[in-house]
Amino acid sequence: MIPALVVFIYLAAVLYIGIFAFRRTVSRHEAEDYFLASRSIGSFVFLFSLFGTNMTAFAILGSSGHAFANGIVTFGLMASSSGLVIPLTIFLVGTRVWALGKKYGFMTPVQMFRDRWECNHIGTVIFAVQAALLVPYIIIGIMGGGTTLNAISGGFVPYWFGGAIVALVVMGYVFFGGMRGTAWVNTFQTILFLLFGAVAIIVIGAGMGGFRNAAQQMLASPIFAPLLTRERVSPLYFFSYTFIPLSAIAFPHILIFCLTARKMAQFKKTVIFYPLCILAIWLPCVFLGVMANRVSDVPQIRAKQEARRVLATQGKTMAPEARDELREKAAGDDVILRLLERYAPLWLAGLLGAGIMAAVMASDSQILALSTMFTEDVFAHYGGKARFGEHVQVQTGRLFIILITVFAYLVALRAPETIFELAIQYAFSGFAALSPLLLAALFWKGSTKWGALGATIWTALAVVAVAVFQSVIPAPAPGPATVIWSLGGTEILSRTPGGTAVFGFMPVVPMVVVSTLLMFVVSVLTAKPKPATVARYFSSQSN
Amino acid sequence: MKRVLLVVAVVVLYLLHQDFWFWRTAYPLIFGFIPVGLFYHACFSAAASLLMWLLVAHAWPSHLEKETESTPKEPTP
Repeated sequence: MIPALVVFIYLAAVLYIGIFAFRRTVSRHEAEDYFLASRSIGSFVFLFSLFGTNMTAFAILGSSGHAFANGIVTFGLMASSSGLVIPLTIFLVGTRVWALGKKYGFMTPVQMFRDRWECNHIGTVIFAVQAALLVPYIIIGIMGGGTTLNAISGGFVPYWFGGAIVALVVMGYVFFGGMRGTAWVNTFQTILFLLFGAVAIIVIGAGMGGFRNAAQQMLASPIFAPLLTRERVSPLYFFSYTFIPLSAIAFPHILIFCLTARKMAQFKKTVIFYPLCILAIWLPCVFLGVMANRVSDVPQIRAKQEARRVLATQGKTMAPEARDELREKAAGDDVILRLLERYAPLWLAGLLGAGIMAAVMASDSQILALSTMFTEDVFAHYGGKARFGEHVQVQTGRLFIILITVFAYLVALRAPETIFELAIQYAFSGFAALSPLLLAALFWKGSTKWGALGATIWTALAVVAVAVFQSVIPAPAPGPATVIWSLGGTEILSRTPGGTAVFGFMPVVPMVVVSTLLMFVVSVLTAKPKPATVARYFSSQSN
Repeated sequence: MKRVLLVVAVVVLYLLHQDFWFWRTAYPLIFGFIPVGLFYHACFSAAASLLMWLLVAHAWPSHLEKETESTPKEPTP
């Protein structure tokens, strides 16, 4: 119970920072102040808040859970590829979007698209797809909150109550604090969870009697030794994952956050230190997730290993529902919490639990971004701001924050998927497939609204198709994939234990490739925006 | 020329991410407990940071900032 109390104190601190600590008097531009902190965020807050915004429950719970089941490959799959691709896209795209926002007053990506491609309803379609893809991301945060509080309190706080508390706290400081409150909370949280990795690895390592021994024992076991290599995934699958980080810059909350920087120089530290921040949080989590397999005196971890063993040996003969049930039992999203429970002293487990909560509560930026998008791209765009004024616009945004949080909470109560699977299958792949829109808008004069519409519709259809495919075709037992469609001995479409494969790649690869092709081909065939409009975006290219 | 070299560096680092040479082995264990495949990708992350520093130092789009300073903000479309 002590760790849970520490976490509750932490939640109260977060609420205080978000609501009261950085309040300012009402600005003349109320909407810009509430949604973008008056474009005034400095270097330090920009780096930590942007990084924290990108790290969800997924960074600590999902990464260690994935590593528990798949081994060290988790780090190369998501962390190191993100360490290259994300800062590169912030450097190329984020800085340009910031400059355009400063120049033309944009507050959302859709405002930029509408202006760049001279479109109206197509912008609304892009908004709808972005919003639909963002909601699962918010759900992840609430699910992570419920799981974490439940585990930290030793089951005393039920999942539904933990999720409700996290949802209420996040809603509270986003509602009152807007972007300024959210950015400072994110900064505080990022510092906490960056410290978490280093402390956790020292405490758990000492508790396990050092990692040398644990690593040697794992290598001596034919079951666990493969977890210290990457032989459980194919190189094609590994390559596919480098497309996933393209999603980061296409996430509206990241792009909107890029608009909050006071100066463009604020991006410099973020671009340089981003890979190191990823290293600091992911390396310990992945390593501890792998090492959890060596722990034999934690009943919950043993139960997971047993479920994994049964799945591997008898999974093929089981009904799909029984397999799914075993998969849930084998899921390792809470292994790091179990390790803390076992090896950290109570007070430290509480502090480390707060560090985990810090990562889990990253849904704040997504909720605020959705609210910004709704009020700017729909309410203001269709005349609400002109008719009712800026004050009503901000209040509408606040009402939206309540509605979206309640909705996400209700879905989180029913969603059966693990945190990791939900994140990857829907939000990340979808936003990665939307990234060609940004590149085309910023770097290609010939891009058109019809190309953007084609890529957006394709993205929406592809995400739905993957979801339907995976719900209709049950996941096979661990081992070879179920081939659904092959031609001349080439496997075109397969159902894998973890998802879907197209020509051996994750769906994100064909989704991004087709999206890029549609953007290009349709743009070439359709009418371009007026030269004057294009000139506003490319006037500095010769510099 | 400098920009071409930076583009080449980005492409090379991206290709180096696909390190098939350490795929099926955990050895050598760095510091006695970190499998080489994991250590490689930790070094990769540090190399990515170094590359980002080079990009910021030699290819920073400062003209964009100058433009925003010289142009008065236009209204949101």
